[in-house]
Amino acid sequence: MTNTTACLRRILVLEGPLTIYTAAERKDLLLELFPLAQEVELDLGGVDEIDTAGLQLLVLIKQASLRHGSSLLLSNPSTAVLDALDMSGLYSLFDESATPRHQRG
Amino acid sequence: MSSPMNLDDVLQTFIAESQELLLLMEDALLQIEQAPDDTDTINALFRVAHTIKGSAGLFGLTPIVAFTHVAESVLDRVRGNELRVDESLSALFLEVRDHLCTLIELLASHGDLHGMTAEHEQQGAALVERLNRYLDNRHEPQTSLVQIEPPQLACATRWHLSLRLCPDALRNGMDPLSLLRYLNSFGKISAVVCITEGLPDIAAMDPETCYLGFELGFVSDAGQATIEGAFDFVREGSQICVLPCDVDLTGLRALIGRLEAEPDAMVEAFIACGSVTREQWLAGSSSGAPTTVAAASVVPDLAARDDVTKNRGAKEPRSAEGNLIRVDAGKLDQLINLVGELIIAGAGANLGAIQSGIGELIEATSSLSRLVEEVRDCALTLRMVQIGGTFNRFQRVVRDVSKELGKDIALQVLGAETELDKTVVERIGDPLTHLVRNAMDHGIEAAQLRRERGKPEQGTVRLNAYHEANSIVIEVSDDGGGLNKQRILAKAIERGLVAEGQPLADGEILNLIFEPGFSTADQVSNLSGRGVGMDVVKRNIVALRGSVSLESEEGVGTTVRIRLPLTLAIIDGFLIGVGNASYVVPLDLVEECIELSSDDYGNQEFLDLRGAVLPVLRLREMFAIDGANPGRENVVVVHYAGMRVGLVVDQLLGEFQTVIKPLGKIFGTAHGLGGFTILGSGAVALILDIPKLLGQVASQQKHGTTLSPELTQ
Repeated sequence: MTNTTACLRRILVLEGPLTIYTAAERKDLLLELFPLAQEVELDLGGVDEIDTAGLQLLVLIKQASLRHGSSLLLSNPSTAVLDALDMSGLYSLFDESATPRHQRG
Repeated sequence: MSSPMNLDDVLQTFIAESQELLLLMEDALLQIEQAPDDTDTINALFRVAHTIKGSAGLFGLTPIVAFTHVAESVLDRVRGNELRVDESLSALFLEVRDHLCTLIELLASHGDLHGMTAEHEQQGAALVERLNRYLDNRHEPQTSLVQIEPPQLACATRWHLSLRLCPDALRNGMDPLSLLRYLNSFGKISAVVCITEGLPDIAAMDPETCYLGFELGFVSDAGQATIEGAFDFVREGSQICVLPCDVDLTGLRALIGRLEAEPDAMVEAFIACGSVTREQWLAGSSSGAPTTVAAASVVPDLAARDDVTKNRGAKEPRSAEGNLIRVDAGKLDQLINLVGELIIAGAGANLGAIQSGIGELIEATSSLSRLVEEVRDCALTLRMVQIGGTFNRFQRVVRDVSKELGKDIALQVLGAETELDKTVVERIGDPLTHLVRNAMDHGIEAAQLRRERGKPEQGTVRLNAYHEANSIVIEVSDDGGGLNKQRILAKAIERGLVAEGQPLADGEILNLIFEPGFSTADQVSNLSGRGVGMDVVKRNIVALRGSVSLESEEGVGTTVRIRLPLTLAIIDGFLIGVGNASYVVPLDLVEECIELSSDDYGNQEFLDLRGAVLPVLRLREMFAIDGANPGRENVVVVHYAGMRVGLVVDQLLGEFQTVIKPLGKIFGTAHGLGGFTILGSGAVALILDIPKLLGQVASQQKHGTTLSPELTQ
């Protein structure tokens, strides 16, 4: 399972707020990722707002990926996402795959 | 996206609530001056500060949070009997309240606090500085909390916080992240462990339910109550624990038991939070873990304590709030408009039924109109509010003005439960303020003079409200020096308002001060003082279809009496006919109806009514109605403010529910008309403005013969 081919990596770009107001909609979007590829990348560059409901969704996918043995990469997280991850103590959960802390400005 | 709008809604609620709370705070502060040791009042004050701080924190309104925090700390000391409320402290808190009011108003007008100017900040800082003096002898440096930078934590305590919010928290707009951010405003979250065990499978997960829990290490010098207070808004249905971190581990152990969580995972979380070290935990465990049952009682769960808090707060208005609904005033107006239309339509149906002559139909429409009448009454009472709220605002005015003037003045409020229309209440505030200020400024004498006149040193201003006939009467009276009639008369003659040698009754002389142009400020101050802007007061009241009069006795006091209609929309009317036209007179003003006897026929201006002189007004002449005299006329005797006049009309048509419709601008100059209404037949009837008509009669007679005593009361 070490060779990663293009077709086994899925990238999903999330945009706009990831909050209670959009959570239901975003969950449907995330469900499209299933069955999970070996590598899943969530591009969070366009997420300008995130709250607990949004964090939950990320945790949900993370847990699913762990169960499934796939790896989840949060790429390009916006400041809002980083702040929320820091504040909630969830940073470490995603740390292995997200931008390392020291790279942040 | 819907999020900004919804946030706005919540913010509006916050603003409205805060404004209410600040009013409450003002009341409490004024009360506390009288009874400085009343714990209920002190608690109420604390609660206000606390609630505002808490809600402001949720919106990230840091300036409000920081400012209120200091005020709250001082109140906390008062509550803890470390500090006693004295005059200077309550005065300071009134300023604090005003500052908060300014901030909230700013928030209301801009939607955020970006409109804060340097002046606001300076004002806030000055107050904080003064508040801090009350905290100075505390060993903790509270000042630092005012700044946005992380507070200094010289004597800070470590806390362990465990949050399991109720599943609906997110739906209710409570984001745990905001709570965490808020905690950072008065302490520092040293570590967070997010508990994700609660998350169900992806299929079963409802994205709007809150599944995440948090374990926090928190460092703050705030007390347990303050920290717990941060969760006031999410307490219901949530499991929230605030534990001080000490060597004793019972609290933490009990927490594990109560949350029914995997103990190992929880211990890891505690250790990660820095609330306990592995060594401490192991050392503690070896000494034998207590049973879950025993432990559960050790952990102070906020939800469980809720009942206690509620009982304590029973005296607060919160309990009454449950029975009240906030309704947009616009909706009420719409309802009243519709009821108005209903009445007009009902009158039409009535007329049709009577013309048809069908018995059942007449019966049905008459019971319908009875119901409509009830609906009307109910709808109108919806708009009624007690005047007490307005009156109590004056406690503050009186307090401030008396301090400013250096006079000792008490405000006495009577009839606070008298109800009147909300629009009237809103618009009466300004004229009343003016009258109260006048009474204090110019009415009440200086203490020395009062002593000489044998009056108590403390002056009294009295506000009184009661119902009379169709109107509400509001009196502003003082026990001051009264008005000097000679000087008013002299001034009036000088200003050309009255001719020299013109005979005037005492009441008329006094009421001259309501004349526009009677006085300008500087001249008034050397004319016993009264009259500044009294014409403005009168104009405001007349605009509400009310009237104002004044009584005064030199050396004893002055009473200003305002008479206002109870409602502005619908009245019970009395329908009268002259020629082909119909007119409506407010029913409450009608005293009696008499037939015009042939003796009185002719062009006399007076009638002999059981020995008393009754001036009459011939509507036929007044409105220049053509057509032959029916040969038999009636007189409707109306009274208002102690005056009576007979209206000579052709027909008496009986009672009629009248929806007042305003006359167009073009009729603005028409005297004696208060509006119009639509009859069941679709015809228009004019509503007579009786107070104006009476005024006209009075002024006509002034130029003619002497006044009958009845006219001048």
